Amino acid sequence: MKTNWNRITLIATACAVCIGVFATSANATDWGPYQVDDRRSGYTYMTDESRAMQVDSFQNPGMIWVEQGAELWTETNGKAGKSCASCHGEAAETMKGVAARYPVYDEKAKKLQNVETQINTCLEKNMQAEPYKWESKEMLSMTSFINNQSLGMPVNVKIDGPAAEWFEKGKAFYYERRGQLDMACKHCHEDNAGGIIRANTLSQGQSNGFPTYRLKWQKVGSLHRRFRGCNSQVRADRFGYGADEYLALELYVKWRGRGLPIEAPSVRN
Amino acid sequence: MPSFKSLIPAVAAAVLLAGSAYAGDLVKYKVVEYGIPKSLTGKAGDPEAGEKAFVNRKLGNCLACHQVTKLSAHPFHGEIGPSLDGVAERYEEPQLRLQVVNAKEINPDTIMPGFYRTEGLHLVSDKFKGKPILTAQEVEDVVAYLKTLK
Ligand code: HEC
Ligand code: HEC
Repeated sequence: MKTNWNRITLIATACAVCIGVFATSANATDWGPYQVDDRRSGYTYMTDESRAMQVDSFQNPGMIWVEQGAELWTETNGKAGKSCASCHGEAAETMKGVAARYPVYDEKAKKLQNVETQINTCLEKNMQAEPYKWESKEMLSMTSFINNQSLGMPVNVKIDGPAAEWFEKGKAFYYERRGQLDMACKHCHEDNAGGIIRANTLSQGQSNGFPTYRLKWQKVGSLHRRFRGCNSQVRADRFGYGADEYLALELYVKWRGRGLPIEAPSVRN
Repeated sequence: MPSFKSLIPAVAAAVLLAGSAYAGDLVKYKVVEYGIPKSLTGKAGDPEAGEKAFVNRKLGNCLACHQVTKLSAHPFHGEIGPSLDGVAERYEEPQLRLQVVNAKEINPDTIMPGFYRTEGLHLVSDKFKGKPILTAQEVEDVVAYLKTLK
């Protein structure tokens, strides 16, 4: 079997050379699940060292947050005397797939809910506990833990029905120039993915790895922190963590990465 | 209307007090055949000051996207834009000036920022609102520096 596959690959490669489809070097590397059609995870733009660090759960520094999240999961919190586990049981079963399908439209709240806002809704409504601050140790631990339950599952968000309006807003955000440098997301992550800007290699700006352990931050950080960072870089207004603008953008960016595997916690430069 | 008019001296005074380098409007310029023929300051720029503004990450930060062989002592040249080696042989001064002032007048879809404009921008953070990235003087210095890239 194995030999057959190798042979087929060889033949396919030879053909590709013949037809001259070798225009981009992307064709030379098989990224496996980290590439779906022309969509590539940030993983494929990292150094070999960062990639090795991410996939080895003993080396991945983000796993500390996952472990902390596992502890919080069973801790009683709030006036209702409940833990997350009281309602949701085994996270390995009940949280599997959440990261792949969120953000989702919440009929009751009449708005888009991402994993962070969902956690806070549960804390406040179901547990009568204090919500977590967005970039706090508790929130990052809980999102790392929850999203890690979907490791390897393909991103698959719903963008029709009541989510459609949010999707369109997110898309408009993505293509709108902003800031003193007057750039849109697409200028860096669509037009110039793979290009080098100062010391950084630009990726497609995919969201499947979040929360991400960023070597520059020396800790795990949320997707909205990254959005704020990218907005600042172009000297534009930043929105608040969890702002409707960022929730809409999150849905659109997640859709751009449809089919890519959940990597939380990923390791990025 | 009269009350509006009476506000004007107050605004002017505020600008003076702030000591801003951009007191009021930007220098007006005229685009002729994809170029700006006249110096924004009416004088030639200083190429040495221009090299500094070109490299400085808070000013031009041109190396974020461009490569210049003569500047190889500075680390991390980006590869988003073309190499600027020999750019003075490819373009005349007016074209170089427009490229720096507002590259979008040449290519509306470009990623390259307009370094001397404040109109038509959206969602600029408070710190940078109403200010161009470079002053007229800095633009002229950078243009003078580009002219040395032969
Ligand atoms: C001036 C260039 C620039 C612009 C404009 C920009 N970004 Fe980024 N972005 C970067 C750089 C540099 C990085 C870090 C390297 C990388 O992963 O691309 C990054 C990283 C990201 C990542 C993390 C990718 C990963 O795999 O971890 C996301 C998500 C992202 N950007 C989204 C956005 C969105 C959404 C916008 C618009 C609101 C935007 N970016 C605008 C430069 C930019
Ligand atoms: C974020 C990226 C970026 C930055 C920053 C940037 N440029 Fe550019 N520049 C480009 C791109 C891309 C082009 C190619 C033409 C286009 O897109 O319109 C270009 C083209 C040029 C050209 C024409 C070169 C040619 O051979 O056609 C000149 C001159 C130039 N830039 C000068 C500068 C100077 C001077 C600065 C800083 C003050 C600067 N650039 C900053 C991206 C950038």
